[in-house]
Amino acid sequence: MATYLEFEKPLAEIEGKAEELRALARANEEMDVEKEAAALDKKAAQLLKDLYKDLSPWRKTQVARHPDRPHCKDYIEALFTEYTPLAGDRNFADDHAVMGGLARFNDAPVMVIGHEKGHDTASRIERNFGMARPEGYRKAIRLMDMADRFRLPVITLVDTPGAYPGKGAEERGQAEAIARSTEKCLQIGVPLVSVIIGEGGSGGAVAFATANRIAMLEHSVYSVISPEGCASILWKDAEKMREAAEALRLTAQDLKKLAVIDRIIKEPLGGAQRDRAAAIAAVGSEIALMLDEMKGKKPAELIKDRRKKFLDMGSKGLAA
Amino acid sequence: MNWISNYVKPKINSLFSRREMPENLWTKCPECGTMLFHRELAENLNVCTNCDHHMAISPRARFTALFDGGIFSEIKVPEPIADPLQFRDQKKYPDRMRAAQKSTGEKEAMLVAEGEMGRTPIIAAAQDFSFMGGSMGMYVGNAIVAAAERAVKTKRPLILFAAAGGARMQEGILSLMQMPRTTVAVQMLKEAHLPYIVVLTHPTTGGVTASYAMLGDVQISEPNALICFAGPRVIEQTIREKLPEGFQRAEYLLDHGMLDRVTHRKKLREELVTITRMLMGLTPAIAGDLPAPGKVEDLAKA
Repeated sequence: MATYLEFEKPLAEIEGKAEELRALARANEEMDVEKEAAALDKKAAQLLKDLYKDLSPWRKTQVARHPDRPHCKDYIEALFTEYTPLAGDRNFADDHAVMGGLARFNDAPVMVIGHEKGHDTASRIERNFGMARPEGYRKAIRLMDMADRFRLPVITLVDTPGAYPGKGAEERGQAEAIARSTEKCLQIGVPLVSVIIGEGGSGGAVAFATANRIAMLEHSVYSVISPEGCASILWKDAEKMREAAEALRLTAQDLKKLAVIDRIIKEPLGGAQRDRAAAIAAVGSEIALMLDEMKGKKPAELIKDRRKKFLDMGSKGLAA
Repeated sequence: MNWISNYVKPKINSLFSRREMPENLWTKCPECGTMLFHRELAENLNVCTNCDHHMAISPRARFTALFDGGIFSEIKVPEPIADPLQFRDQKKYPDRMRAAQKSTGEKEAMLVAEGEMGRTPIIAAAQDFSFMGGSMGMYVGNAIVAAAERAVKTKRPLILFAAAGGARMQEGILSLMQMPRTTVAVQMLKEAHLPYIVVLTHPTTGGVTASYAMLGDVQISEPNALICFAGPRVIEQTIREKLPEGFQRAEYLLDHGMLDRVTHRKKLREELVTITRMLMGLTPAIAGDLPAPGKVEDLAKA
């Protein structure tokens, strides 16, 4: 059973009707509904096309958060072989909101790190909805450090509402952990490529996405604050999230214009959740392309390029 | 009501009445409620003389107290493009900027300067909380990069006074990108083996804490400053319980190993001189009154 987003309600109705008709026909062999059902299918297909043709920033935010969208774990399982998770920050705990470990990508060993949101109630709680604590960032720092020493490229998959705002997280230095993770991203002499696969939530995302190359899925978002948070601060009304999403320029298309990201990865019609395998494959080929671009570059060059990328960022605004 | 207010034209009238208003002469301490005379408060660097509450201080006032003889020269910050996202909320971003510029008399939320502090050459940068909550946008990022570059060029330590609500939402993703940008600036200092000292002041939160403000070689805070990533209100809403007294305040962070020191504003300068001189391998500072810098050289020549 597909999960429909609020703006997909009309679509749910049509697809529901077609399904009902077919169920009736199955119960009653003399009924021939295929013609009508096919017409409904066609209508639904057209509607889906129309709905996704020009998604507003707020609708994109909803798609980016869609529960059926492939998550970090799905990408790791499909795109990597010999994935060997490595756990813990050697200091306090292992944060299950952050996955990471050694793996092979197209047979070459790499380090893969990402936020995992979970796919049902139990796993969402275990993963803390993809909101990392300091331990998660410190685990990432440790893995990036190791990748640097063994000359393994680092691939990060970003999908987080933000760093976890909790008491213990603050006491153990959430801000410091994020700052150090960003710092580590800038220090490593190996290729670092990052894909925003869903939500790029503020500092919690930057800590993984300070990369040589950054790609975003077509309907993912990347922002300094959630539209709801921005609305409640600037509009004094959390319900103004549509306006806030518009103003924040958080879509892949706007971020490409601002030269904050390098590539947009096309999603299947109706979003990654409607054809997970196709979305995952598209991300895989894009990662391969990005890694290829950095082949043969020396460690010092990679560090220098990364720094320059961020120092130059934003100098042209939307005119870039 | 008197004959002036009755007979003189309104414009002239307002001139007269303005002079009678004893505005801004007294400040009420928000902690203990003591009425403090402005001159006395300024002399005490905006610290309440009764309860030691540290009130906000402008970067200019801070630099005047920090640098020898109150003399410093401003370092030019490259101008970023204005309103890069054409951001509109209930007000236009350029209108908010103009209002902040008018009320503070400053161009932006950070001031960078060079000069000597206890005869120690330094670069200093200070964030202005009264300018849109000190928020970090492209200008603040440029200011920190400019400060670091100047420090590297002149081989001086950088002392940074942080104060901010976080990133500037009106610059959206570009404000977020100041986290890695300012981190690059910190790396320039570290590679040049120059001290980077952060003084956290009330309040320092959000993306500012999660980047340059937490990466100092030495982390000092003013007493009772709120220092955090997520603010207390957000946390209370998330975990649905009351937070302990003093949570996320400087002393609490010191207890949890996140800071080196908590230092009273009046003692800060001396401490900064001591630390920077040791890290720079200089002789101990000479205490007491010193002649003006120019004369020292004359004496040496003689």
